[in-house]
Amino acid sequence: MNEDYILEVRNITKEFPGVRALDNVDFKVKRGEIHCLVGENGAGKSTLMNVVSGVYPKGSYEGEVVFNGKVTNYRSTKDSEQDGLAIIHQELTLSPYLSIYENLFLGHMKTRFGVIDWDSCLRDSYPLLKRVGLNEKPQTIVSKMSVGKQQLVEIARAISQDAQLIIFDEPTSSLNDDESHKLLSLMKEFKESGITCIMISHKLDEVLSVADSITILRDGLSIESIDVTGEKVSEQRIIRGMVGRELKNLFPKKEPDIGTVVFEVKNWTVYHPDYHTMKIVDDASFFVRKGEIVSFCGPMGAGRTEMMMSIFGNSYGYGATGEIYLNGEKVEFDSPKTAIRKGVGYVSEDRKNLGLILIQDVKTNISNSSLPMISKRGVVNKRTEISKAEEFRKALNIKTPSVHQIVRNLSGGNQQKVVLSRCLLASPDIFIVDEPTRGIDVGAKFEIYSILNDMVKQGKSVIVVSSELAEAISMSDRIYVMNEGKIKGVIPREEATQEGIMRMALVD
Amino acid sequence: MVSAAQIEQISFFKLAKQNMRKISMFLVLGLIIIVFAFLTGGVNLTPRNITNIFIQNSYILILTVGMVLVIIIGNIDLSVGSVIAFLGALSAMIYNTGIGVVPTLILSLLLGAAIGTFQAFWIAYMHIPAFIVTLAGMLLFRGLTYIITNVTPISLIDDRYKQIASGSLNIEGFTIAGLDGLSIIVALVLVVALVYFTIRSRNQHIAHGFTVLPFRFTLYRIVALSALILFIFYKFSAYRGIPTVSVVLIVVTAIFVFLTNNTVIGRYIYAVGGNAKSAKLSGINSEQVVFITHVIMGLLCGLSGMVFTAYMNSALPQAGVNFELDAIASCFIGGAAASGGIGTTIGAITGGLVMGVINNGMSLMNIGADWQYVVKAVILLLAVFYDIMSRRKSGLG
Repeated sequence: MNEDYILEVRNITKEFPGVRALDNVDFKVKRGEIHCLVGENGAGKSTLMNVVSGVYPKGSYEGEVVFNGKVTNYRSTKDSEQDGLAIIHQELTLSPYLSIYENLFLGHMKTRFGVIDWDSCLRDSYPLLKRVGLNEKPQTIVSKMSVGKQQLVEIARAISQDAQLIIFDEPTSSLNDDESHKLLSLMKEFKESGITCIMISHKLDEVLSVADSITILRDGLSIESIDVTGEKVSEQRIIRGMVGRELKNLFPKKEPDIGTVVFEVKNWTVYHPDYHTMKIVDDASFFVRKGEIVSFCGPMGAGRTEMMMSIFGNSYGYGATGEIYLNGEKVEFDSPKTAIRKGVGYVSEDRKNLGLILIQDVKTNISNSSLPMISKRGVVNKRTEISKAEEFRKALNIKTPSVHQIVRNLSGGNQQKVVLSRCLLASPDIFIVDEPTRGIDVGAKFEIYSILNDMVKQGKSVIVVSSELAEAISMSDRIYVMNEGKIKGVIPREEATQEGIMRMALVD
Repeated sequence: MVSAAQIEQISFFKLAKQNMRKISMFLVLGLIIIVFAFLTGGVNLTPRNITNIFIQNSYILILTVGMVLVIIIGNIDLSVGSVIAFLGALSAMIYNTGIGVVPTLILSLLLGAAIGTFQAFWIAYMHIPAFIVTLAGMLLFRGLTYIITNVTPISLIDDRYKQIASGSLNIEGFTIAGLDGLSIIVALVLVVALVYFTIRSRNQHIAHGFTVLPFRFTLYRIVALSALILFIFYKFSAYRGIPTVSVVLIVVTAIFVFLTNNTVIGRYIYAVGGNAKSAKLSGINSEQVVFITHVIMGLLCGLSGMVFTAYMNSALPQAGVNFELDAIASCFIGGAAASGGIGTTIGAITGGLVMGVINNGMSLMNIGADWQYVVKAVILLLAVFYDIMSRRKSGLG
């Protein structure tokens, strides 16, 4: 056993219902290096880090994690923190209404006779803040600071517990250039002082500027580890490792019959709902033609979902500006209700929280968007409602004992078909589907592709937000590539390759 | 799309098991009535007492019908007790100007809706939690009641007002076998209507090719409901005829059963309560739905305030204290979920009757308010515990 490694992950397999997120993954990190973990969305990067840090407790996965030469037995992140292993999540975990120094020592306050010694907490917070380069008073309430500064507080919190290994899960995804730059130099400083860092990132230029080693994950498998210290590695090489697989013919696309532009969005800009100066979507413009399927690709956090939701009746963000044209006419969607009435449908990526009402039955979920249509003077025609639900059950092959079944008891794929039915019953002309095949099995995926295909055959237009490049390429006529809130470009179907899309998104 | 009708083959016990959540509260109510029949030597089933149970609980049951909507939408209304004191006092003052019962009723309902609108505005559009708005309302309207009544009861100028609560509908001298004739006729009309509409609805379902239950279950249902109607109206007929307040109650219940089951707004209330974000993305104007729900609650407070004033035969400044708690408890005993989205009008009424029958039975046994509180607390806890356990099993948790 080489003592050189601070962390060794051996044969980790982690399964979620219906999905194998990690499949016999091996992963080694040398002491005192910066090790980057890259891979497509859903490749298993975050899952792996959650296994390492005890977010998923011992026993919920197969294989072993060796930290500092000992096999770990973490029941929660609290155990891993005590061992000197800290994780900085993509979503910050600070308590927003407490001050910096209260957050720093939350969970391990300095006490004297069981009473918290706030004075020494305060005193000890100064050197920590200095070390991470945060120029704020420790008494500042964290919710008043930018995301970048909040992240520094999290990092300070990790060092305060003498972390030897810090895992950063996409640390720069919500930072601006300047903040990102500072964070990367901080990581280099940590390296100097002997702290090992693991960084998950989608930004290859950042990865190449700090990494000593790079491990590529793909589909829950560890593809390769590259030592970057010696040789020069190109972005091209990494992208090839990330996508790698052959394009399977998932979806026999019919000959497209594409007409004129029916839906156009110009200069769309949206700000973060809480941080009103942070742009989530930055001056995005795109259009969709009649009978066309258009996909939006890009890494997690590119702003695709946020853009679609804000277009769909201001359902996300703050201070959205821009123009929407429907059949050449300028329209404004002040609420989802207006958008639906004007013929736009939206299927959310978050089926359980935003798409369905889980405690209601299939027929009610299907009719929720169209009740005025199937009622007379405010009284719902229940027979029409049941007949419509039955129609969709047959047409979309929803597997349920009856339309009176509570949707919570349906499988993911069938739940997704219920959401699609709800939107289809309102008969939209422009159909926005956000990650329509996430977390559902292959058979159901194929059926959903066919449904979308049928829609365009009827002369409607479909916008797909997809994180699966293979899916996007095989089913769409054009692909818009987004990253960091901007539309980086558009690729027609004939020219689309996974590597091309990745390059457009990740390389400036 | 219409295919041949299918008749679901299912045994009685399997069906009962599937619908246990729905029937269990009726069973509980029946059980409690039987237990008290033994404990009181049958006094609780006398015609006079049955009539009293309806009169004594009518104002709470009316509140319960509104409260269940508020709970379905995921909110709570703590102000109803104070609001009915305020509206009761206002309605007494309006009535005492001599404009008559019907104009007083209309004005009370409008004032109730106005108060509902005031609270609904803060809840729906200013996004202040209903708990806080109605807590403020509870204090505000109690205070206003004391101000307008000078903390003294307002008595009514004549006896016509109190007929709303204690009056009866009957035709002088019209009796059948010594029983009130009108009650018997109304009961028979109700039973015939029940049979007709139940069978018609089943036939329509068959015509549309829906899966229906075998006819014997329809028959069981008709027999059970008819027996209940005949029993209650028999008791009414043997005493003073149909209590006016029970007519009010039946009409209100019927309107709200229809509203919750068959109208767009009713369905929107369930949708918003079940998942407000999802409802909004489905194109439902959530704020407006919340607003309307609280206005309806205010309107029903107007009615309940009048009934309570009529019951007391004067408007009391202390009226309605703790009514909100009775109404809320009734909804939860009747199967509503604190997290919203689940609950029925009939369930809430049944829950209210459970509480009412317990109060009444214990009073008949000369057990004081002290032990009544204890017993009601136990029933509330057990009922909700059972409800949550059974909901978890059926995927509603």
